[in-house]
Amino acid sequence: MSDSMSKLIRTTADVMFLFITVFGLYVVLHGHLTPGGGFQGGAVIATGFILLIVAYRLDDFLAWFKKSTFQSCETTGLVVFIGTALAAIPLGYLFFMNFLNGAEGLFGQAVSYGINPGVLNTAGTIPIMNIAVGIEVLGGLSIIILYMTSGIRSREEGE
Amino acid sequence: MMRSKAVWFTLVVLAGGLFFAAVSLPFGNPAMSDMDDYFIVHGQEQTGANNIVTSIVFDFRGFDTLGEACVLFTAVSGVAVLFRHRKKGEDYEYE
Repeated sequence: MSDSMSKLIRTTADVMFLFITVFGLYVVLHGHLTPGGGFQGGAVIATGFILLIVAYRLDDFLAWFKKSTFQSCETTGLVVFIGTALAAIPLGYLFFMNFLNGAEGLFGQAVSYGINPGVLNTAGTIPIMNIAVGIEVLGGLSIIILYMTSGIRSREEGE
Repeated sequence: MMRSKAVWFTLVVLAGGLFFAAVSLPFGNPAMSDMDDYFIVHGQEQTGANNIVTSIVFDFRGFDTLGEACVLFTAVSGVAVLFRHRKKGEDYEYE
């Protein structure tokens, strides 16, 4: 991991990173309408970051994104997820109750039953939990590869 | 020699038993489909999600997803402990 890859690979990684991230965001945000969801979309976005880590040197990558960013991503995702689940209790519902569904607020548009293409602004707390899990998985998988890559580097330097 | 024969015999019996169990199951015709039918019929109106898989994973079985998220967090913590930077003369004491 001491050298970055060739210019061809680096340019391809630069270009593909954008598309991979956009596709991952699409999978996360449309988790309640199309196949996919938080886990899958988060893994797709993390793949983009891992592509950058592999194509560039680790120091270059760490100059763009800090390790603590991914760590706080993971923690934020978990806290938002369980916070959404816990928020139902003060409002008088059970734990993990979908209290936003059909409430005409955020993600609260009433869904039309039967086979339909679907509206993004439906499904209550499910999109919020999808986004939370997506953020968590993106941070978690990226930080795993970051730790492993820095482990390789410190061994190559011979301590 | 005797032992390897016994191992092979056990393997063949196990494989035969599992194959018989897999074949004798009525595929595509489960005896108990009440819960599946409930999810398919009521999933959309109760959760508002068009994707029934997501409605099960994040609503009906949200507790399971919370556990999965915790499993991922624990895995990341384990990797962080394994791959952390060590100082040169650092000594480890395990109890």
